[in-house]
Amino acid sequence: MQKRFLCLVSVILILAFSLSAFAPAAPAVQKKQVEVFSWWVGPGEADGLAAMVKVFNAKYPDITFVNAAVAGGAGTNAKAVLQTRLAANDAPDSWQAHAGQETIANYVAANQVAPLDDLFKTTGLNDVLPKTLLPLISKDGHPYSVPVNIHRSNVLWFNPKVLKDAGVTANPKTDFKTWDDFFAACDKIKAAGKTCLSMGAPWTAIHLFENVMIGTIGPDKWNGLWSNPPTTDWAGADVKKGIANFAKALSYTNPDASTLSDWQPASKMVSDGDAAFNIMGDWAYGYYANPAPNGLALKPHEQFDWAVSPGTYGVFNFLADSFVLPAKAKNAEGTNAWLTVAASKEGQEAFNPLKGSICARTDCDMSKFSEYSKDTAKDWSSNTVVGSLQHGVVAAPAWATKIGTAMGLFQASKLDDAAQADFQKALADACKSDGTCKK
Amino acid sequence: MSLKFKLNIPHLILSVILMAVGISAIFALSKIDLILFEKNFTSIGILLAALIFYSGIILIVMMFENETLLSISLLFPSVVAVAIFVYGFIGWSIRVSLSKWKGLTPDFTWVGLAQYQELFKDPRFLIDVRNTVMFTVLFIAGCLIIGLTLAILLDQKLKGESIFRSIFLFPMSISFIASGVVWGWLMNPATGSRTAGINLIFKSLGLNSLISLWHSTPQPWGMAFTVIPAVWMLSGYTMALYLGGMRAISDDLREAARVDGASEFEIYRYIVFPMLQPVTLSAVIILGHMSLKIFDLIVALGNKDIRLDVPGIYMWVTTFDGTNYAQGAAIGVLMLISVAILVIPYLVQNIRTETEL
Repeated sequence: MQKRFLCLVSVILILAFSLSAFAPAAPAVQKKQVEVFSWWVGPGEADGLAAMVKVFNAKYPDITFVNAAVAGGAGTNAKAVLQTRLAANDAPDSWQAHAGQETIANYVAANQVAPLDDLFKTTGLNDVLPKTLLPLISKDGHPYSVPVNIHRSNVLWFNPKVLKDAGVTANPKTDFKTWDDFFAACDKIKAAGKTCLSMGAPWTAIHLFENVMIGTIGPDKWNGLWSNPPTTDWAGADVKKGIANFAKALSYTNPDASTLSDWQPASKMVSDGDAAFNIMGDWAYGYYANPAPNGLALKPHEQFDWAVSPGTYGVFNFLADSFVLPAKAKNAEGTNAWLTVAASKEGQEAFNPLKGSICARTDCDMSKFSEYSKDTAKDWSSNTVVGSLQHGVVAAPAWATKIGTAMGLFQASKLDDAAQADFQKALADACKSDGTCKK
Repeated sequence: MSLKFKLNIPHLILSVILMAVGISAIFALSKIDLILFEKNFTSIGILLAALIFYSGIILIVMMFENETLLSISLLFPSVVAVAIFVYGFIGWSIRVSLSKWKGLTPDFTWVGLAQYQELFKDPRFLIDVRNTVMFTVLFIAGCLIIGLTLAILLDQKLKGESIFRSIFLFPMSISFIASGVVWGWLMNPATGSRTAGINLIFKSLGLNSLISLWHSTPQPWGMAFTVIPAVWMLSGYTMALYLGGMRAISDDLREAARVDGASEFEIYRYIVFPMLQPVTLSAVIILGHMSLKIFDLIVALGNKDIRLDVPGIYMWVTTFDGTNYAQGAAIGVLMLISVAILVIPYLVQNIRTETEL
């Protein structure tokens, strides 16, 4: 017994000596570095990040870039990891955050990030970002994040052949001025035995909801819902109309939507000819057009086509990934260097064609981009910009989660008048619980 | 307690060396400022160094030649670790659940049971409770019935028993998340040209009446279908529990019953089943605590659909998506209580019978 114990002890000892032997050899000098946290690990986005890092390395050869990416769609896992690190006072040198309230209500309110007025001035971002964007990423007039890319939420994807076969003569690019115009087309498609509007996993319902709402009440009233205090009444007639349209839109969707694993199966229903329309952000373009295995390698305008979602002509419902400056920056020089590259023309031109998004800057050279992106970039610099709800621009995370719950309960209901009234009440309560609406 | 002390020079030297190495290693490691990935190694290294230091102390304790003292000092580190990392954090979660912490900045303002009151008024949480109860009842019932049936079949001493046993047990080796994804494909509710999975088999066999909406069946019965993969995974395990119980029943008892003229059915009814009661109890406890905490299977099947919501998913969404830490903690505490209601009576009974023995 004792012998065995001694044996164990000596094993531990040997381990210990080897440990103390290599420990001092570990790097004791601090090399200049920047640790950047993101959830860009998927196809396209990881390539984009690598391209931007290449620009960074060329400009700042003496600073080491440390990639601290965490996998997981839309960053749900990454956000949990980041919260843990922030709570442990172990903030990365810069991290990815959706531009807008997700940054402001989370990180600005907790004093985790610092304003970027200087950087916006030195990099000239103030002059090259759309004027309507700045208030959405600022608090009290100070910008808090550097948007690197822009995605559009209000895109209506459709299958031209399904429309033709069903005898729909209206052109989605010009004729869907209201949701009623869209429903008229839907009735024809339904009569032809196809799903009119495909929908995917539960979160895509909120994506649809925001675009129905904007298409019904218009950009100004949509912005009014999120201003503090709201200038559009959550319990009022406008929202009621929006909910009624949304309920009607849901009645045209595929009944198995909630069991689809994500947004892709719903997009695929359109290209397969099972459904006519799908409302999804412009990341769907990459899925349709890219070569296999990351895309379906389809021909634009023939096998799929796009328009802005009904009732939103001239409106750009945006979401953006952005990077922030931590309030307690450990490697201020590295962070500044990274943010300068993220804000620069070269950095954004390297990143966005691969990610399938457009530059946040309006002065990028569009020749490197896809046909879809060229279209979108034109709209980005000329349209009225509004922010997305599902993608973190307009509502604080706690508020958005409450809306998600209200949405889930509504979808589980019969969608009739009583359920619509309940849904509207739940939305008004969610606003009160956020503190933006008065109780 | 006798405290004899017997000096053992080699042990003393060894112990001093161990303590010196441990302390210097802790010191060295905490001095080095390593970056992210190596940080984990640093903490493991410090833990290891502390262990080396503590084994030096144990060596000294050994010199006192007192069994009680030695066992206490051997148990001490794990008791401390469990006290901090299990009970300490339970206490912490309870404290957070009584605060109004929302957002990234901790806010421990005392609000009493307000978070719990809000939860019990929350229609989503009520759906969670209903879903959990339905899932637990059907899951336990399904596993017990199928597990017992399989065990009885295998108990007939048939050829190739071990092969069947392995086949029935295999599903348990798959993780909930993987089986959730695969069963999500199998239980595909799509209709028309997109029909797939089990429905496609039914369709091609002409069994159209069996085609089902599976877990997208309107509330509340959709939840019942999520039990299918869970039962598929764990009925084999329940079978193993029962089979073990049956094998422990001595053949003498069966022989005696046969001599008294009992039929096979009566042997099971009056001998085997009564003696399997403790097995049933443990099976209910093991399965019950799994289903009350179920998360991964439902996430994979339901994509956070509220119709298939369970407290575990709501806790995740509230805490990490909504940054409402206080309410997330309240959900966690309620889950803990629900499991405790199931487990504690069992533990109490176990301890009682053990002290009686």
